[in-house]
Amino acid sequence: MNFALTDEQEFLREAARGALSRHKTIEGARNALEDPGALPDLFPTAVEAGWTGLLIDEEHGGAGLGVFDAMLVAEECGRVLASVPVLGLVPATAILNAAGDESLEAAAAGELRPAYLPARPPSDLEAGWTVESRSGMARAEAPRATVDGDQVVLDGTVAFVPDAPGAELLVAIGETDDGLPVAAAVPADGSGVSVEPATRYDATQPLGNVTFASARGRLLDVNAAVLADAWYVAQSLIAAESIGAVQTCLDTSVEYAKERFTFGRAIGSYQSIKHELTEVLRRLENARGLEYYAGWARGSKPEEFPLAASAARSAAGRALDFAARSMINVHGGIGATWEHDAPLFFRRAQLSRRLLGGTHDATDRVAEQSLAVAVP
Amino acid sequence: MDLNDTPEQAEYREKVRSWLESHKGEAPPRSGSSEDKSYIDARRAWQRELAEAGLAGVTWPREYGGQGLGPIEQVTVNQEISKAQVPGILDVIGIGMLGPCIIAHGSEEQKGRYLGPMLHGDEVWCQLFSEPAAGSDLAAIQSRARRNDDGSWTLNGQKVWTTNAQFASYGLLLARTDADVPKHKGLTMFIVPIDADGVTVRGLRQISGEAEFNEVFFDDARLDEDAVVGGVGNGWGTALTVLMFERLTIGFGSENFGSPARLTAAVAADPAARRDPEIRQRLGEVLGELLAVRFNGYRALTMLQRGQIPGPEAGLAKVTMVNAAIAATDLGADIVGPDALDPESEWSYLISFLPGLKSAGGTEQILRNTVGERVLGLPPEPRLDKGVPFSELRAKEKEALAS
Repeated sequence: MNFALTDEQEFLREAARGALSRHKTIEGARNALEDPGALPDLFPTAVEAGWTGLLIDEEHGGAGLGVFDAMLVAEECGRVLASVPVLGLVPATAILNAAGDESLEAAAAGELRPAYLPARPPSDLEAGWTVESRSGMARAEAPRATVDGDQVVLDGTVAFVPDAPGAELLVAIGETDDGLPVAAAVPADGSGVSVEPATRYDATQPLGNVTFASARGRLLDVNAAVLADAWYVAQSLIAAESIGAVQTCLDTSVEYAKERFTFGRAIGSYQSIKHELTEVLRRLENARGLEYYAGWARGSKPEEFPLAASAARSAAGRALDFAARSMINVHGGIGATWEHDAPLFFRRAQLSRRLLGGTHDATDRVAEQSLAVAVP
Repeated sequence: MDLNDTPEQAEYREKVRSWLESHKGEAPPRSGSSEDKSYIDARRAWQRELAEAGLAGVTWPREYGGQGLGPIEQVTVNQEISKAQVPGILDVIGIGMLGPCIIAHGSEEQKGRYLGPMLHGDEVWCQLFSEPAAGSDLAAIQSRARRNDDGSWTLNGQKVWTTNAQFASYGLLLARTDADVPKHKGLTMFIVPIDADGVTVRGLRQISGEAEFNEVFFDDARLDEDAVVGGVGNGWGTALTVLMFERLTIGFGSENFGSPARLTAAVAADPAARRDPEIRQRLGEVLGELLAVRFNGYRALTMLQRGQIPGPEAGLAKVTMVNAAIAATDLGADIVGPDALDPESEWSYLISFLPGLKSAGGTEQILRNTVGERVLGLPPEPRLDKGVPFSELRAKEKEALAS
């Protein structure tokens, strides 16, 4: 039994924390709300730290590490709201790496910036592959795909793609007329490709609506399992980012609860505050246990990875909702103003819960995955 | 990360497993009525078999009949007993919590007299701590032991929520021996024979209607001089030892009340529930909580293996486990409808049992206080009882009530 980080993982985490601490990420998050140009460009940091090649095999210039390692980096990014394009980059490189694609060396070196266009695999309630829609409960069908030799022709729109603005290679999943998913590497500046900026509410997470009109991309030689895996990799990453953010919400709130006095005593001595912050800790610890589960399952028990990643996303997403609101409550009126960092974490929470299918979709997947293996 | 055993652990597990495999035919059913003497006798006999095979008192020192092994081996035994679908030891409280306290604080005579029969199920023990007016604030107990001229003690008072008292031979009891000092200071721990004159055990009916635990009354019960454990006036420190072992016993030994497999099977078997978005949200949330308890358990085990004893943060797992079990039971029963409340239904017992579990082993509110103060470092609430002699405290309480 050894359910803890390895020394290398501890080191990776410390290194990520150190690299990010050299940037004023929180200040950038605030300034970027009024001036998107004020957001520090952390892509060079990601390249320098080797995160662009984290999942790429060593023979292609990457580090050959696992999804759990990427989650640890994502957690550090979430802790300081750093706008590292983790959600776009990491699942994209997972697919490219499985395909042995020609772009791997350039992607690992940071010379080519890929982004993953999230497509949700079928569930027991919905047969096809679906993507985010521009608005409303109904999910959109994945782009129509026609295979033409070693190329794929795509038509359709994927809304709210993380890190699409600025990406140079779009890793897209389409569905053929036979209902089969196919993946393509599509140059972002290619003919028939448009990326319309769609960033919402949280300036640190660039979003784009990607539309293909007979756009052509390179066919990626991967099966449906790899494409489903990418969806759950993205779920794990958003979970990890949320866990980092919850940790900061908790630390900040606890500090304040020790310093702020009302009626002659620190507010943290009141049970109402103490129990609320204990609830943040409880949710954080539960999400962290599931984060470890997801990281472990991806490497050691892949058949449980969809369950583990969905459970981590579900718990972490709800933890962040709770923690961000709690931070505002504990800080009183100031917590609801731009004078404080609380609104920045609240903005992250509000966006996170609605990205990539939303927190509730991950919760539903936990049910689906468990029901699929239920023993009567 | 690796959930597998080390080669030594695997070897130990195999030994435990093969013993259970060849002896499980002799085991009584896992559950039965605590009021049924023949069932309790069968459980005692099974505990004796486990003890003789080295599967009880795993962490006790060898000189007291234990195996001298670590908490990891204890967890291995718990897991294999659960997998073999046989009951574990009957006297979890004695062997898990009270025995270790006697080993730590008892005299050599006490260890020699009591530990062997406890281990073998010949004498079952109960924990006589909580009182009607002292639960969360345990140091506020009022049971009074007065010293007689010959050195013996006379005990008066009442204890409550006492599991297993109906068939116990002895209890470990916390009593006040000096009311004129602040409340944590005037306490002493005693060994009390349950069959002594002046000791009355009365079953306490719970929500379900069954009486699984008891109230115990003491009317001028006489205790010998050598009944004291850990020294007169040292009762609070002795009690803390019991509570520390309670954390280990409950954290790693307890069965999972919110059985995820049973709940999932119930939802899967109902075609309407299976497709209902709200039911699926509830199912997904509760399964996530139970998975979190399981994987945080592995994190805690890793710490334990590295020699770190679980701290107050273990309380959060209890809060999650109990609330998830309640949510799981509610969900399972909601799918069935009113029929879930029939005594024969698989949900009815848990529906009645779980509300009380919220207060057992520390109420949720007290656990949150402890975690908030000792893990998050939040300041404690101001206390009105610090440094005040217990007798004055009682007088103040009466005054406050009268005004």
